[in-house]
Amino acid sequence: MNHEELGNVAVKAREAEGQYKHTIKVCMAAGCLSSHADQVKAEIEREVKHRGLDQCCKVKGVGCMGLCAAGPLVADKNNEKMFQGVTASDAAAIVDAVVDNKPVHEAIVLDSNLDFFKRQQKIVLENSGEIDPEKIEDYIARNGYEALFHALMNLKPLEVIEHVTKSGIRGRGGAGFPTGLKWTAVAKATGAHKYVICNADEGDPGAFMDRSVLESDPHRVLEGMAIAAYAVGADRGYIYCRAEYPLAVKRLRTAIKQAEQHGLLGQNIGETHFDFKVEVRLGAGAFVCGEETALIASVEGGRGTPRPRPPFPAQAGLWGEPTLINNVETFANIAPIIRKGGDWYASIGTEKSKGTKVFALAGRVKNTGLIEVPMGISLRDIVFKLGGGIPDGRKFKAVQTGGPSGGCVPQQFLDMSVDYESLASVGAIIGSGGMIVMDETSCMVDVAQFFMDFCASESCGKCVPCRVGTKQMLGILKRIVNGEGSEEELAMLTELAQMVKSSSLCGLGQTTPNPISTTLRYFMDEYQAHIHDKQCPSGVCMQKKAAEVGA
Amino acid sequence: MPLFSEKATPPPSDDKRWKIVDGTIRRHGREPYALIEVLHTVQETFGFLTDDALRYVAVSLRVPYSKVYGVATFYHFFSMKPPGEHTCVVCTGTACYIKGAASLIDAVQQEAGIAPGETTKDAKLSLLTARCLGACGLAPAVVFDGDVSGKLTGDGMKDRVRQYLQTESKAVGVGA
Repeated sequence: MNHEELGNVAVKAREAEGQYKHTIKVCMAAGCLSSHADQVKAEIEREVKHRGLDQCCKVKGVGCMGLCAAGPLVADKNNEKMFQGVTASDAAAIVDAVVDNKPVHEAIVLDSNLDFFKRQQKIVLENSGEIDPEKIEDYIARNGYEALFHALMNLKPLEVIEHVTKSGIRGRGGAGFPTGLKWTAVAKATGAHKYVICNADEGDPGAFMDRSVLESDPHRVLEGMAIAAYAVGADRGYIYCRAEYPLAVKRLRTAIKQAEQHGLLGQNIGETHFDFKVEVRLGAGAFVCGEETALIASVEGGRGTPRPRPPFPAQAGLWGEPTLINNVETFANIAPIIRKGGDWYASIGTEKSKGTKVFALAGRVKNTGLIEVPMGISLRDIVFKLGGGIPDGRKFKAVQTGGPSGGCVPQQFLDMSVDYESLASVGAIIGSGGMIVMDETSCMVDVAQFFMDFCASESCGKCVPCRVGTKQMLGILKRIVNGEGSEEELAMLTELAQMVKSSSLCGLGQTTPNPISTTLRYFMDEYQAHIHDKQCPSGVCMQKKAAEVGA
Repeated sequence: MPLFSEKATPPPSDDKRWKIVDGTIRRHGREPYALIEVLHTVQETFGFLTDDALRYVAVSLRVPYSKVYGVATFYHFFSMKPPGEHTCVVCTGTACYIKGAASLIDAVQQEAGIAPGETTKDAKLSLLTARCLGACGLAPAVVFDGDVSGKLTGDGMKDRVRQYLQTESKAVGVGA
C-alpha cells in the first residue's frame, strides 16, 4: 500500500461512516465485556434491524470509554448522549433515545458533561471509545498510519528522532527516561540486527492503562513501533504482553495481521525499502519482567531475571544486539508527535514533564476508570474533580501512585502538580500510571504490608538484598500489623529499607522500599498506634487478627 | 531417550492433543527461545504442566530439562497441579485489595475449605489468586471459569461457590 492508497482507504471508510445518520457505540473493552456488553450490543443490533433502521443507524463495538465502574457503557455518535450500567433489556429504550430523541429512565443516563469527561485532554486515548479496534479501516479513517508515511517519505531517521527529542516525552513505563535519548543511543549503536520491543507487561497491581490502549487502539501502538524501527534502523519487533490480558493479545494479533495484509508491516512497507516485522510474545506472570533486561531474558525464552547494566539494552539487548524498549503508552504517543510535530507536544504539560499522562484511577473514589490529563494538573483535581471525590461521605487519606515501586501521597500534598519531579520530591513516583485512592478505612501499615508481600513474592531471587531484604521487611511489618512489633523493629525496618534501596540489582529491588518509606514518613502515627497502643486506628488489622483467633 | 535429537521425538502418549503442542513447536522451528510459548500451549491444551510434558518439550526444543523446569516454576502463570472442574481466581491487585478481596478469599475458605492454590478433595473447585486482572474499575473482581465478574461481595461469592460444589461432576478425568 502506498500513500495514495492509504488516502483512498481513509476516504472510503469516512464515507461509509457518513452514510449513517446515527451511530450507537457500545464499549467492548474488557471491563464492560465482563458486565456483558457483548449481549447489549447484540440486542441493540437486533432491535435496530427489527425496526428496519439498519440503513441509517450503525451499531459499533468500540474500545474503552473510560468510566469502567459504570459499565457497560453506550454512547451516540458525538458522545452527547451516554448510557451507563446498560443491560440487554435497555436496547429498545436506547434506540428510541438515539434515533427518536425520546427520554430514557434516569438509572441508565450518564451525564456526558461530567468533569470526568470534560477535564480530560486526549492524545493517547483519542481513538479509544471512538473506533472499532478490530477494524484497520476505522483507524486509517482517523489519520491512522499517516505519521508512518510522513516519516518514511519526508523525514530522515535522524529527523524523526529530533521530533521525539523536541517533544520532551519521557518513558511512560515508570522510570521517566527521556525517550529521545534512548532512541538516539539505539540509532548510534551498531549491530547485525536491531530490535524494537514494546513493553506491555503491565504488572503494577492497580494499573490498566496499557491493557486499555491495546484493547481499544492496537494499531496506534504498532504505528509507533514502526516509526521507532525506522528511526533507529530496526527490522524486527516484539510486543511482550501479559498472558493475563487475553483480549489485548487477541486484538493485537488481529491488528498485526491486518497491517501486514495492507503492507503497513512486513516487507517494503509503504512500497519503500523499509522492512519491519512484529510478533507478540506472551509473558507468564512475573512482575520483574517489566524490568528491561529481565524482559529480554524472557523474550529469549528463559527465566526473567535481570542482569547488571551497563551494557544497556541500547548497546547489547535482545540476543546481544542493540534493542529499543519502550512502554505501550510511549509508543502510542509517537504517531501524534510525528504528525503534529515535537513542538506541539512540548507545548503541553510542565517545563520538565511534557505531554499528557494516562492514569488508572481506582480504589475509594466515585468515578473509577481511565483518564488522560495534561502533566501539571493537581492531584486534587484528579481525585475530587475527575474522580468525583470519595464515596459514602468518608474522608480522604492518601493516593497511592506508581504501584509497588511508588508511594503514598497524603492530604497535605493534594494541591501538588502531578509531574515527574513533584511526585519524586515527596517520595512517590508517577510510575506507569496507577492511582489508588484510599480513605480512612484503609490502614497504611496494612497497605505497606500488602505491597511488601507483593514484592517479596515477586522478587526473582537473583540478588541477596532484594530476596532476603523483602522477606525480613515483610516479617517485621506482619508483626507490627499483628500488634507484636517493637520500637527496635521499626528502626530496623527503616535501616533495611535504606539497605535494599541502595544495594539491589534492578529497579524492582531499588524501589521496593518506597511504600514503606512514604508511609513511615507521613503516617508514623499509625505505626506508633500499632506498636504502643496495640491498636489499628482504621480498624483494619486488629479485626483481621480477631477473625484469625476466632476461626 | 537421546538428549538432543535431530529428528522430531514422538510425544509421550498417543493423546491427540499433543498435535496442538507439536504445531507450536514446529511454528517456531524447534528454536529454544520458543520455550515459554510452547509451555503456554501445553497449559492451554492440558490445563496444567505434567512432568512428562516438560521432558517432551525439553527434548523437542533441545533445551536441558533443568532449564525447562526452571522456567516452568519461575513464572506464576504456569501450574504443575491439575485444576479442579471449576476455577475461581480472586484478583488481589491494589484496588481489589482496598475494596475487600481478602473477604472474598475468606468466603471461599469458609464455604469450600480451601486456601489459595488448593483444590477441593472432590476436585470440583480450585481457588487461585491473580496479581492484578486490570479490571480495577470493577473491584473487587473474580474470574469464574474464565469469565470476569466485578463488584463482588462475600455473600455473593459464597453463593457461587455453593453452586459449583453442588453441581453434578462431569465424567471427565482430573485435569481435563
